[in-house]
Amino acid sequence: MLSSENTFLHGIHPPDFKALTCDLPIQRLPFAPQLLIPLSQHAGKPSISLVKAGDEVVRGQPIAKADGFFSVPQHAPASGRIKSIQLMPSARGPKVETIIMEVFAADTQEQGYDFKHDMQDTNSEQLIQYVQDSGMVGLGGAAFPTHVKLKPPPEHQVDTLVANGCECEPYLTCDHRLMLEQPDNLLKGIRLLKKALQIDKAIIGIEDNKLDAVEVIQKHIKSDDQIEVKAVKTKYPQGAEKMLIHALLGRDVPPGNFPSSVGVSVFNVGTLTQLGELLPLGRGVIERVVTVSGNAVQRPGNYLVPIGTPIDFLLKYVGLEDKAYEVILGGPMMGMSIASLDVPVTKAMSGMLVMQKQSQQHPIQPCIRCGYCLDACPMMLNPSILGLLARSGDYEQMQKYYHLNDCFECGCCTYVCPAQIPLIQYFRIAKSSNLNNRQKSTT
Amino acid sequence: MSKFKLIPNLSSSPHVRLGISVNQIMYQVIYALLPICAYAIYAFGLSVLLLIVCCVIVSILTESLFCKLARKSNTIADGSVIITGILLALCLPPGFPLWMAAVAAFISVALGKVLFGGLGYNVFNPALVGRAFVQAAFPSAIVTWTPPFLSGRFTELIPSTMTMPFMKPIAIDNWLSIKQTAMQSTAQVVDAFTGATPLALQKFEQIPTPWQDLLSGTVAGSSGETSAIIIVLCGLYLAVKKMLDWRIPVGVILGALCLSLPLWLWGDVLTDQPNYPNPLFVLFSGGLMLGAVFMASDMVSSPLTSRAVWIYAIFIGVLTVLIRFFGGLNEGVMYAILLANALVPLLSSISGTSVFGSGKK
Repeated sequence: MLSSENTFLHGIHPPDFKALTCDLPIQRLPFAPQLLIPLSQHAGKPSISLVKAGDEVVRGQPIAKADGFFSVPQHAPASGRIKSIQLMPSARGPKVETIIMEVFAADTQEQGYDFKHDMQDTNSEQLIQYVQDSGMVGLGGAAFPTHVKLKPPPEHQVDTLVANGCECEPYLTCDHRLMLEQPDNLLKGIRLLKKALQIDKAIIGIEDNKLDAVEVIQKHIKSDDQIEVKAVKTKYPQGAEKMLIHALLGRDVPPGNFPSSVGVSVFNVGTLTQLGELLPLGRGVIERVVTVSGNAVQRPGNYLVPIGTPIDFLLKYVGLEDKAYEVILGGPMMGMSIASLDVPVTKAMSGMLVMQKQSQQHPIQPCIRCGYCLDACPMMLNPSILGLLARSGDYEQMQKYYHLNDCFECGCCTYVCPAQIPLIQYFRIAKSSNLNNRQKSTT
Repeated sequence: MSKFKLIPNLSSSPHVRLGISVNQIMYQVIYALLPICAYAIYAFGLSVLLLIVCCVIVSILTESLFCKLARKSNTIADGSVIITGILLALCLPPGFPLWMAAVAAFISVALGKVLFGGLGYNVFNPALVGRAFVQAAFPSAIVTWTPPFLSGRFTELIPSTMTMPFMKPIAIDNWLSIKQTAMQSTAQVVDAFTGATPLALQKFEQIPTPWQDLLSGTVAGSSGETSAIIIVLCGLYLAVKKMLDWRIPVGVILGALCLSLPLWLWGDVLTDQPNYPNPLFVLFSGGLMLGAVFMASDMVSSPLTSRAVWIYAIFIGVLTVLIRFFGGLNEGVMYAILLANALVPLLSSISGTSVFGSGKK
């Protein structure tokens, strides 16, 4: 096995710009007059609405239920009146069914839906149900329903829970702030999920540019916790599941497999912190911490934002520079730029960056086979030849011989490419074309 | 409120870039070649300056012409064609007639580069394509060498430089002997005062040249290949800047050593040919260093994957020594690199990368 000195092979070191926000405490954002709650803001089946236009809802009340196991419910992020349920644009582009509600301006916005579960007597099965009821998804950006990860396939024996506190994307600091400000909730969440997974061991992996968080968490760990905090080297994409597992445990997840195949379950620290707070109270996910940053924002910071807040409202609150050019949801490496400011903040949105136009833009040139992308790819792929094949439209060959589907679009290859070839964009097109073809051939 | 009428622009992730461009890489290579050019001019005089200028200008003109013919935007700004011109000049003899150099430069760019589709698509190192062409076309001019550090080299040209186009090069034997007498009278005694290169001396007359002379470059040879030490230093600069794959020069040297070392030690036992040269002589003589550092490592025509790179580099080293020791020519770097270039697609197809987690290395 390759040596796993708290890091992984390849990867890049982009400037991180975290100093813009890493010292700013989490601050609550006011309620927008109107909230948009998409019924599909997670991987899996969309939720089924429980409300209709005109209904009055209380903050925290479930307004949509899960459609089967691979789905999650939605909760009202504020007290207010349902205005309508209609198709609205999503960040990804296609329109999705969305509950639109008007917030009662004068309301105290107390949470009215507490259950006070007794966490001592719950068993694994009940806990997993509570997690699903909370509507929790991977808050790191994947939006994968958390309770699904708590039920690994029976042939996989999970023995370790990994809490992902790497936050390797530049600019983002929301997880860093959560670890500093709410270490107790984080540890509570880890203990609960250990119980749900019926395992003892947990490791928190944090990049070594956040040693203050390592220190704070270490102080809060109890002696019988069996929770370990490990600093890993700061390198992008250290926060990718496979890279983190390699760095912490020296285990390599085989291509096309989930982490549970090597006995690991990975959760983002933001997810765990919220679960630690929500589960004992039986509450649902109605807000999240979003890092608002970038070089065209007047008041960058870490904001506690109600789910469903329109980006437009958030932008007005933080203030824009005149040179604002592009709005990116997520981090600069994997986030997506949005075409419409009417899209809402969703559960998996960890950051919003407003950027100026890049001052120095080189033209796209032919591949000179410099090999920088091969030295950057953490999955050991050959992005150069994948790019050439994509240019000639050989999408099937990319998958058959060059492992296209093992690319998780971290963006390292495109970041280093001196020819400015939009490799990741090519790969996305190739993947979706392959998917379409496969679906066509099965029907 | 209306102040926030932002119409966002769209782009695909990642939204940040390292900020290095192809042009920057190419210009770094050019900068790294400049000390070698400077030493070549210092050692051989004005003729080499003209040779370099001629090769670079003709290369640039050729690429411009073909861009125009293909109705493409002009690509000379990327700097790669300047590298081709400089490298070509550096691997030609100092007194090479300028019109022949112009032919070589035209062939380099036209046949070696633009016909394949321009930068990034050429299979062979363009400079070596031109060099191989003139080696076949002008067999005597390409082996007409001049010793370095001739008196008056900064005030007069080597006579053959200014040969009329399509004429045979002016013979320089007489000119050389006049120089020799002049320099001997001023007590500047130079060892082995002939135009012959160390490799030719070794192969055809079994006269060894001390490898220390090869390091510093006080011998005859192609204009840019004589000082191994400057070439290595320039290569180190590029390798540190990650604009040169260090594995290629190292592999070429390893390849050359693994054949020349056993032959030097036990050559009389292994073969019927005694007196194999010192491996250090093999490394520092001829174009091996220039080829290993600047030509074999050409990004476009060398392989990408780690395994393929090692095979490619070691193959060049071994083949060079094979040609030098057992072939008809005394120099083999050029053909070794060209042959290895031709192997690159094959090497690439048989040595892929091992995907993370696949358990292979």
